[in-house]
Amino acid sequence: MAIVDRIGAALDRSPGGVILTGVDALADWARGKSLWSMPMGTACCAMELIAASFNKFDFDRHGTFPRPDPRHTDVMIVAGTITYKMMPAVKRLYEQMPDPKWVIGMGNCTVSGGIFYYDTYSVVRGIEEFLPVDVFIAGCPPRPESLQDGILRLRELIEQESIAPGKRRERPLTLPSPEDGCGEGE
Amino acid sequence: MALDVESRQVVETAEGEVFDQLVVNVGPSHPSTHGVCRVIVHLDGEIVTRAEPVIGYLHRGIEKMAENRTYLQVVPLTDRLDYVGSMYSNWAYCRTLERLADIPVPERAEYLRVIVCELQRIASHMMAIGANGADTGALTLFVYAFDQRERVVELFEALCGQRLTYNYVRPGGVSYDVPDGWIEDVRAFTTEHRSALAEMDKLFFGNTITRGRLKGVGVLSAADAVAWGASGPVARGSGVNWDLRKHDPYSVYPRFDFDIPTGTEGDCYDRARVRLYECYESCRIIEQALAQMHSGSYRTEGLPRLIAPPPGDAYDHIESARGALGIYLVSDGSPRPYRMKVRSPAFCNLALLPMLSEGHMLSDLVAILGSLDPVFGEVDR
Amino acid sequence: MNLDDLRDHLCSVYPDLCPLFSVEFGDGVLTVGPDALFSAANDLKNLGFDRLLMLTAVDRGEHFEYHCRLLSRAMSAAITLKTEIPRDRPSVASLVPLWPAADWQEREVFDLFGIRFAGHPDLRRILLPDEWEGYPLRKDYADPRVIRRPDYI
Repeated sequence: MAIVDRIGAALDRSPGGVILTGVDALADWARGKSLWSMPMGTACCAMELIAASFNKFDFDRHGTFPRPDPRHTDVMIVAGTITYKMMPAVKRLYEQMPDPKWVIGMGNCTVSGGIFYYDTYSVVRGIEEFLPVDVFIAGCPPRPESLQDGILRLRELIEQESIAPGKRRERPLTLPSPEDGCGEGE
Repeated sequence: MALDVESRQVVETAEGEVFDQLVVNVGPSHPSTHGVCRVIVHLDGEIVTRAEPVIGYLHRGIEKMAENRTYLQVVPLTDRLDYVGSMYSNWAYCRTLERLADIPVPERAEYLRVIVCELQRIASHMMAIGANGADTGALTLFVYAFDQRERVVELFEALCGQRLTYNYVRPGGVSYDVPDGWIEDVRAFTTEHRSALAEMDKLFFGNTITRGRLKGVGVLSAADAVAWGASGPVARGSGVNWDLRKHDPYSVYPRFDFDIPTGTEGDCYDRARVRLYECYESCRIIEQALAQMHSGSYRTEGLPRLIAPPPGDAYDHIESARGALGIYLVSDGSPRPYRMKVRSPAFCNLALLPMLSEGHMLSDLVAILGSLDPVFGEVDR
Repeated sequence: MNLDDLRDHLCSVYPDLCPLFSVEFGDGVLTVGPDALFSAANDLKNLGFDRLLMLTAVDRGEHFEYHCRLLSRAMSAAITLKTEIPRDRPSVASLVPLWPAADWQEREVFDLFGIRFAGHPDLRRILLPDEWEGYPLRKDYADPRVIRRPDYI
């Protein structure tokens, strides 16, 4: 049971009381609540990503705050088309993020290339070719509300994980090694 | 090209002066590059000696894709070119196609196109001014400006159901007529927008820090603006009075009374300020268009689903928020374009960056880049 | 200035360019040979075409068609300069000495069509990575990564 559920019950029983819990449970509860995001906005979806963090939608209230430095962030929001030329840069930024880290793929381009699936010679057809993605958001571009939903879904996923040894969620995907052709584009 | 650049070099100038050159790689993912631009900056201390933009990180091959789509299927692709101002690419493409295939456009559709494109100009300029503010440390302005942009986006959403990629301007007209109450909403918006612009003018352009950061930075002379093919606010900031709405009038623009704001100095400040004053003029045009617009058909009925223009080629351009946006179409008589070329104003304006940033500080580079207002969907295509 | 005036003006100043002038879809077009491109462009610049608006190419199979659209604000007129570039020797004079605006646009044409511009100061790929093979906008470009769109029409 998540610690947050116990707080209410415990406070009902004894107001001002003490809750005993493990460090891992506290960390598990806390870390999904403040997802600092690395806005990897490359194309059209970046506009909606900006709109999401400004006045009307105000993602700060979810604790999701854009930090352009990958070393400060927990979740990379890939918003937009990734081309073969851009791929090494995205991969390198992902590698610079500290663990634990998650990826949200925003927009159809990150799912499959979207409208740029056919006939084009330079677009990566889906970022799962080189990044382990946790949540995909469809739309061309998705509305900020969809992004909001995506972040809440990611929170649910994070709540199912634990930092305790042996309880970590198995990643369905591993990063291809640089020898596999996703290297620095040399 | 590899992402790594050699970071330090000892350089000898023509005068025999030896200095340590620092090479800094900005981008391709950098909050101040307005997308996926990469600039390799050579520095002497903090002074930029050479700035080399590396573009193409968003090259999606739209021109190649268009060759395997029917003429109508290309319209959604043009949305993704200039994603800050999708209406322009729609309109430029449709104008060229209408010229090539000789498709008539009803008058009401022309008015609707003018109204949405002037609203789009406001939305796009708000983004440009706001980002320019954020780059120079005035994040507050971005919040103010984005609020205005969001109002326009809401109007577009009411009109065509999309917030960003509208696909609204179609060959032979527009996709929907205005919904009930929309015209009143637009009128209310222009009134409100004027007061917001006055507030932004005071907040940002009257600010001492802004003046210090933007005045005298990235000066572009009028002769250079012409020679380098600059257009839009970048050229007008240098005093080049060239606006296709006035000087190559298209659609119903000759019926409106409006001015072309121009700058005098050609620096970042003038370029940003020209954008602000263009928003006032856009409000004027919108109000006149709303007053002049009559009821009628908003699209040409009976267009074939497969448009097959006669063999030949045509070029037409409109004044987008970034300058002269042209589409060049070649037809071979089949229902698919033989070749589509986008004359992208942002591409031509961005070519000025090495010249403008030389001799300025590294922190001015982002101000100069922001004042050129590149949108990389359109630069890279 | 309408197209007739433009033709008259062109013919009075440069009579040798006069027979090369034609009108296509409401645009003035000047068709020259590839070797005469630079001198024709220079003449047009002297005539008052001070802006290079667009420079591109079209793959016509056996040759490339070169398009350069020039604009004159003073005359409020536009003209398209066309030439045919042989496919086996895709090279043409660079217009950078006349208009610096041609710099990036010629790099783009080189990048996507593989047309070389003699006299260009820095002819490199601009949109695609330097190590890219082939020229994508050529009609015979084949890339195994490209998925052809099924024919739904």
